[in-house]
Amino acid sequence: MIQDKSWGSRLFDGVNIALLALVGLVTVLPFVHVLAGSFTTTAELARKQLVLIPTEFSFDAYRYIFSTSTVIRSIGVSVFITVAGTLFSMLLTVLMAFGLSKKTLRGRQTIMFLVVFTMLFNGGLIPSFIVVKSLGLIDSYGALIIPSAMSAFNLIIMRNFFQNLPEGLEESAKIDGAGYWSILFRIVIPLSMPAIATISLFYAVNYWNTYFQAVMYINDAAKWPVQVILRQIVILAGALTADTTGWAAEDVLPPAQSIKMAVIVVATVPILIVYPFLQKHFAKGALLGSIKG
Amino acid sequence: MNSANAQAKYPGRLSGQESLGKSIVKHGALYLMIVPGLLYFIIFKYLPMFGLVIAFEDYKPYKGIFGSEWVGFAHFERLFSEPMFLTILFNTLTLFFLNLIFCFPVPILLALMLNEVRQHRFKRVIQTLVYIPHFMSWVIIVSISFVLLSMDRGLINELLVAAGFDKVNFLMNPDWMRPTYILQIIWRESGWGTIIFLAAMASIDPEQYEAARLDGAGRFRQIWHITLPSIRSVIVVLLLLKIGDVLEVGFEHIFLLLNAMNREVGEVFDTYVYVAGLQQGQFSYSAAVGFFKSVVGLILVMAANWLSKKFGEEGIY
Repeated sequence: MIQDKSWGSRLFDGVNIALLALVGLVTVLPFVHVLAGSFTTTAELARKQLVLIPTEFSFDAYRYIFSTSTVIRSIGVSVFITVAGTLFSMLLTVLMAFGLSKKTLRGRQTIMFLVVFTMLFNGGLIPSFIVVKSLGLIDSYGALIIPSAMSAFNLIIMRNFFQNLPEGLEESAKIDGAGYWSILFRIVIPLSMPAIATISLFYAVNYWNTYFQAVMYINDAAKWPVQVILRQIVILAGALTADTTGWAAEDVLPPAQSIKMAVIVVATVPILIVYPFLQKHFAKGALLGSIKG
Repeated sequence: MNSANAQAKYPGRLSGQESLGKSIVKHGALYLMIVPGLLYFIIFKYLPMFGLVIAFEDYKPYKGIFGSEWVGFAHFERLFSEPMFLTILFNTLTLFFLNLIFCFPVPILLALMLNEVRQHRFKRVIQTLVYIPHFMSWVIIVSISFVLLSMDRGLINELLVAAGFDKVNFLMNPDWMRPTYILQIIWRESGWGTIIFLAAMASIDPEQYEAARLDGAGRFRQIWHITLPSIRSVIVVLLLLKIGDVLEVGFEHIFLLLNAMNREVGEVFDTYVYVAGLQQGQFSYSAAVGFFKSVVGLILVMAANWLSKKFGEEGIY
């Protein structure tokens, strides 16, 4: 393409790039501020308003939050429900998506309709709560995994991916006498690793970010995932008098700013670690989802 | 039954297709594979839909769904006569329209700006940065905002003081609940929202821009006359879908922002259901509120989809 080198066009580019740089900066500045603040002494935080690179490095905030078992245990809970939940979700999703991708499956249109309809209408909070309660899942980790195990959206993306695989590959396996199970595990899954990785990451992010399910279904504070602990410490801190998390016993003062920041960092870092992997695939995933299911 | 028989019995069906029973025998593995997932949808999606019958009952947990007394539309009548009903309807609509006016155009604007960038590396860096917040939970987004907006050494208040202003109690003052809500959505979702627009822009034929340039069109006129018309259909579809979602103002998000001071402006259908149902134990009444919301939501989504088809675009469902 011929570049437009006119004065106006260059000015446009300059302003545009400057504005975009500003947008990018403003987007991540809060994260950087929180990250830097978590490593800063409270004294430095009090002296300067905006800390982007701490001059007095301090791990006190982290030493403090890891001195009680509350935060550590909640991270353990989050890691567990993320790993176990993602495996469980993928098992259900891949199997069902593969089944639904086969035209030989009678009734698949009906089942697809049932799946899509759940995206339009749901029973809502109270009936879902009653179902989870009558299954005896209250106060169990199962309540954080099973009720949100499948996403209709992810299932449709996965099924579309399977449907678009070349049929010839499976045909030759069928001639060799392979059944559906070995076709799925020996041919289809190895060919679908990019899609499987994407959907797994979607599920994993969802499980890591779980908080409301825990608020609804988990009364035992020892079983709360890290997002709920984060909410207790940062969002409810002012209002929380009878603190069940063990902070009150440790320290009568409300947690200092850097302690709050450290808890935010702990809840955020795992996402930032998987972010580069996510980024490789998510745009494609997001677009696939917008295509008619 | 051979296939000729099957065809005789079910005229109009292709001869290649078997009866459901025969299909299950022949492709048993496939049915086995979909059973766990199907059970999930039945138990956790359709059972709660069935459970909505409690909206028409005086549900008592110890009596169960089948043993509780039938009260018809009593809970709905109560909902419509509650003064709270108008408040939550007003709050929901207000948050929705603010969302539509302020949050909807931002990704379009951002996508237009990104689309004009010729330095691909710079573009990718900015995209990488602005997509990040989408993957953060609402707890993280709201927590970071709280740390920034806190009266106690929060960055924003410190900057206000440094600039000679008074501190503002952003978190408790009900006047600030809506702006906070809107800004958090813009922060979290604007970057992510550009993806679909950028994809639509990527398919525009570069020759159109060449031709416009030869005709002397500047950058703004190129955007106005080429880029925007090319993504108009995407904008219309997303706008209609958004309008269909008028009652979905983001429960997990609002739930975190609510406190005793701002409940008056922030209470919406979902949070009302939570308080009335799970905190006050009025299962039937709150199920009725939820039911009302879901039905209105379904009608709106169907209407939006029908409209977007009318506009000559493909519906989503």
